[in-house]
Amino acid sequence: MEQNNTLYTLIIFSENIAGLLNAVTSVFTRRQINIESLNVSASSIQGLHRYTITCFSDECTMKKVTKQIEKKIGVVRASYFVSSEIYIQEVALFKLSTPKMLEHGEISKTIRIHSGKIVEVNPIYSIVTIDGMTDEILSLYENLTQWDCILQFVRSGAIAITKNRRELLDEYLAEREKKFNENEGRC
Amino acid sequence: MTTKQLSGAEIFMQSLIAEGVDTLFGYPGGAIMPVYDALYDYRDRLNHILVRHEQGAIHAAEGYARVSGKVGVCLVTSGPGATNTITGIADAMLDSTPVVVIAGQVGTKMLGTDAFQECDIVNVAHPISKWAYQIRSAEDIAPAIKRAFHIASTGRPGPVVLDFTKNAQIEKAEYIPQEIGFLRSYEAVPETKPGSIEAAAELINAAQKPLVLIGQGVELGNAQEEVRQLIEKADMPAGCTLLGLSCLPSAHPLNMGMLGMHGSLASNVKTQECDLLVAIGMRFDDRITGNISTYARQAKKIHFDIDPSEINKNIPVDVAVLGNCKDTVARVLELVKPANHQAWRDSFQSYHDTERTKVIDPEIHPAGGPIRMGEVIDRVSTQAHDKAIVVTDVGQNQMMSARYSRFSESRSIVTSGGMGTMGFGLPAAIGATFAAPERTTCLFVGDGGIQMTIEELGTIMEQQCPVKIILLNNNFLGNVRQWQELFFQSRYSFTHLLSPDYSKIAEAYRLPYALVTEREQLNEAIATMLATEGPYLLEVAVMEEDNVLPMCCPGNDVDDMLLEI
Ligand SMILES: Cc1ncc(C[n+]2csc(CCOP(=O)(O)OP(=O)(O)O)c2C)c(N)n1
Repeated sequence: MEQNNTLYTLIIFSENIAGLLNAVTSVFTRRQINIESLNVSASSIQGLHRYTITCFSDECTMKKVTKQIEKKIGVVRASYFVSSEIYIQEVALFKLSTPKMLEHGEISKTIRIHSGKIVEVNPIYSIVTIDGMTDEILSLYENLTQWDCILQFVRSGAIAITKNRRELLDEYLAEREKKFNENEGRC
Repeated sequence: MTTKQLSGAEIFMQSLIAEGVDTLFGYPGGAIMPVYDALYDYRDRLNHILVRHEQGAIHAAEGYARVSGKVGVCLVTSGPGATNTITGIADAMLDSTPVVVIAGQVGTKMLGTDAFQECDIVNVAHPISKWAYQIRSAEDIAPAIKRAFHIASTGRPGPVVLDFTKNAQIEKAEYIPQEIGFLRSYEAVPETKPGSIEAAAELINAAQKPLVLIGQGVELGNAQEEVRQLIEKADMPAGCTLLGLSCLPSAHPLNMGMLGMHGSLASNVKTQECDLLVAIGMRFDDRITGNISTYARQAKKIHFDIDPSEINKNIPVDVAVLGNCKDTVARVLELVKPANHQAWRDSFQSYHDTERTKVIDPEIHPAGGPIRMGEVIDRVSTQAHDKAIVVTDVGQNQMMSARYSRFSESRSIVTSGGMGTMGFGLPAAIGATFAAPERTTCLFVGDGGIQMTIEELGTIMEQQCPVKIILLNNNFLGNVRQWQELFFQSRYSFTHLLSPDYSKIAEAYRLPYALVTEREQLNEAIATMLATEGPYLLEVAVMEEDNVLPMCCPGNDVDDMLLEI
């Protein structure tokens, strides 16, 4: 048995149709794969949504999962990547207690070391943003807990861009449309 | 410029006719009433069969689709009408049956308010259908129907659910005939990978002991002829899956019988001895493979399929040939060299002989004692000249029908394979009679299964559907009883069941009926049934505690088959 310890990122393009998100995530749940993070937003292609889903799994399972997702009508393309093939990022927001920050000067220092940004300050609370990989964000979070200053914490799903030199989806769609038109012309 | 404005319901009728629909199975209700009202004016072109329960409608549509090769259509109301079709939708999904279910829905403005008979059927249907879509306006009807029939019938076929809001049925719009344009999110037939045809041919040419597994995909792709030529040219013995039984005539010398749990001893044993396995349009279901970790480990494997997600799903293969098998098998056929594998072919015989003496003869030619299911099925097959459409329910009756029916024509086995849906048989047989009214349709059903959808006798009565119902009454939920005997120390927990007096049921539904309790009556009773026009109910009192053999017990290696208990 391979071990389920590689982080995979799936990038999925789908039509903007109600219910598809459910259909896509059900492929994971039926196979008892835990989704680590999920992000859905518009893509650069008109009408297509882009999903970024991360999970720990093995390559053999990922192959099957992407094929099963791609089979859903409404899904245009599903591909999986390991971390070296993509540029991946998350965003986190912290709401911190301003009195605690004033009390412990190390808090601001820690935020700076982690490349966090303080974007709002008032006498009650301050808001800090940070982007990066999960472990970078979590390390800031863990550091900050020692001062008991965190009022709220939220981390976004990962988003990722592939490092391919070519835009494979555009090429794939153009190719398929060309073939469709050729076949139309034949009959 | 004025355009002709039609109601949504009329656009719906026009769209169905444009798809070549002439038969639909349905049941009316509030949220689909405008459609039923329009249907009244289309009775000359659209034959609507009123069933007695929506589950009956969907199974009838499935039976119709399986026999005709066309899309089966099922029309129901919202809420309970729609949810009553769920079992059949899931059934059609697992068995790749092209059906379109159109369910009424509350008006768009009421959606999400828990309105009367509102049910979010699109979301319920999503995981068990090929496509589910809600029609919210009259303009949307024609494109949705076009797409629904296209998706249901192309590629790997499957069920499509259309959720048809009431306002869309009533509003007016112009009917614009549709064509399927480019769909970026649906590729019906995947591209055949370069080199895979050659690689497949090479493996076949190199094989000394090839075995072909024929699945329903061969029938769905209309590739029966191509597959027959391939196995003949390369001299490859073949086994068929349950759903693929009628893809190759039973009497074909290369047909080695059914694969899987209750399949033929030879085809299962030889799966573990072959040097090449050629799977065509089948999906390596666990009922076929037994223990997958030992399944055909010694063999190279080729998998022809139209669904890329089936490749390497259960069994890893050496060569995958994607595409429609009618096309891909024909291309491989050209590259395959004529071969003769006589020694390999002959090596099947001793297993056939063992199975015959240990299992088949006792089942179909018993020396005495109660009537056995197998002999009934064997006699019906003989008297119908191996030409009947065999519809089965689920259980021992199904496995015995599969084992002891012989097939000479394609599209002749209608059975619930993937789901194993009891209650499927009776309504599916109704659908079969509408798909092929000129053929003989025989239904084999148990006393458990018939009581699950017995209300459809009403449809049979009203439509005079010529279904020859052979009720194999063993007073047990036989298949479960067999498992209890084998795996639960014969503790028959709730598998004995009481039946109604079927002669009275037949009388109430005005069906000709006969009961056979003695072996000597059997042949004549079958002859009478087959000679009687229209429907017939033949009840046969069969051995109560008969077992389906051989049997590869769940999880065992595929060649580890029980021949006696
Ligand atoms: C809807 C449904 N419920 C339960 C089962 C489980 N099951 C499989 S076979 C069987 C027994 C069938 O009994 P009967 O219809 O009398 O046929 P027999 O096996 O005796 O031929 C049962 C209960 C099923 N397959 N489908």
